[in-house]
Amino acid sequence: MTEWWTYRLSDFLLFSPQTYYRLFELYNAAIWPMQVPALAAGLGILALLRRGGAAPGRTTGVLLGLGWLWTAWVYHRGWYAPINWAADYYAIGFAAQGALLLLSAAWPGRLAVASGLKRARTGWGIVVFAIVAHAMLPLLLGRPVLQAEVFGIAPDPTATATLGALLAMHLIRWELLVLPLLWCVITSLTLWTMDSPEAFVMPVIALLAILQAVRGKA
Amino acid sequence: MAAATAAAALPVSGFAQTGTLVTKPIPSSGEALPVIGLGTWITFNVGNDPQARAGCTEVMRHFFARGGRLIDSSPMYGSSQPVIGHGLQALGRTRDVFSAEKIWTSSGARGPEQIEASRRHWAVPRFDLMQVHNLLSWQEHLPKLQQMKADGRLRYVGITTSEGRRHGEFEAIMRDHDLDFIQVTYNLLDRAAERRILPLARERGIAVLANRPFREGPLIDRLKRHPLPPWAAEIDCANWAQFALKFIVSHPAVTCAIPATTSVAHVEENMGAAYGRMPDEAMRRRMIAHVEAL
Repeated sequence: MTEWWTYRLSDFLLFSPQTYYRLFELYNAAIWPMQVPALAAGLGILALLRRGGAAPGRTTGVLLGLGWLWTAWVYHRGWYAPINWAADYYAIGFAAQGALLLLSAAWPGRLAVASGLKRARTGWGIVVFAIVAHAMLPLLLGRPVLQAEVFGIAPDPTATATLGALLAMHLIRWELLVLPLLWCVITSLTLWTMDSPEAFVMPVIALLAILQAVRGKA
Repeated sequence: MAAATAAAALPVSGFAQTGTLVTKPIPSSGEALPVIGLGTWITFNVGNDPQARAGCTEVMRHFFARGGRLIDSSPMYGSSQPVIGHGLQALGRTRDVFSAEKIWTSSGARGPEQIEASRRHWAVPRFDLMQVHNLLSWQEHLPKLQQMKADGRLRYVGITTSEGRRHGEFEAIMRDHDLDFIQVTYNLLDRAAERRILPLARERGIAVLANRPFREGPLIDRLKRHPLPPWAAEIDCANWAQFALKFIVSHPAVTCAIPATTSVAHVEENMGAAYGRMPDEAMRRRMIAHVEAL
């Protein structure tokens, strides 16, 4: 692309906010009742993060990995790609993150929950937000509840729940944080360009996660 | 100036204006084209949403009913192409639409494949106009498009840019290549094309499509905060959309403006600009001065 400095973010927004939010409404209707096991998996992760230990860490990794793979294939490839050609690339990123999480879960000692750390408590709070509050955002912002973005099947809460869960692990695995953080940037730019009031949510969580992660064992 | 044809306006709800549809000739062929077309950037990218697709079909129905012909799209516009095709098939207009498409790939080899995929989406027998989108790999695409035109697989060939980008290179292509159309940004506030591009188009006999007539919305939103000046009635403008569009299409070099919308009311307003009196040069200067002072 030449004269790239003359382009605005809005030049890359291919759809209207109405189309974007309506996409979630149609997606939720089409995949119902997948929201039920997805929410159950999210609540399961919250319980696992409270328990601490190696097995909860590995199970959390598996549940998160499955969420990323579902979101890659069903949401990005199947639903987002028709209105945004970049979604095919997002799908690759989400599939890669899903595979990384599953590999890390399979590798003994890579993911172990350390529930006593301060950053683990912050991480648990982020996961609560991702699983409960994120799905409630449409209600708070005056949109239909059917447009809810649900953990494990929609990208934003899946990414933030992953950031939170990784903060609760004994060791910070930066290689697992990169793609969720990158997604926070992409989605917040999309929402900001659409003048969406929730555009600040993802950057705030991403910054919080980075700050907590760089503190290491604190 | 604008040639007028006697295309009868069909009665449509909320718009009583009737009369002759204003058209302009495509310089390379003499074919008459209504001065208002339909853009699809963002507005027609509604995916597989049946409700939104039906809304786009209604927009197209009213566009055609008011005499519109040219619809413009691009492979870059997400699902706009299949949404157009859905509407054209529902309305039975796949053969008489003036289909203006773009080629948008950096690979010359993949160009024909992309054009065929676009054609299947539109469900048209062939495209009327194929434009190189934002000059992307134009050196590779233009000779192939010219060959397709010579073979009867296209009717017209063009190039596009937007918001004043790469006008120097754009001019050079206009001078050195045989083009039927160019597409540039031109509106009440973005008039960079007036300096060199539009005069060159007249000199070279190239038709001009004007994109972003309302700056994708902000211009018309800004204008609507003010009352329409009473003298707008002298050029048969009933609203700001017609004021803005008549300014564009009254430039002697401009063939057609391509506003995009998802609203039937707005497409009715826009198509109203293809009827009635057009501003002369003095009125055009008055329009600019008025809008710049707002």
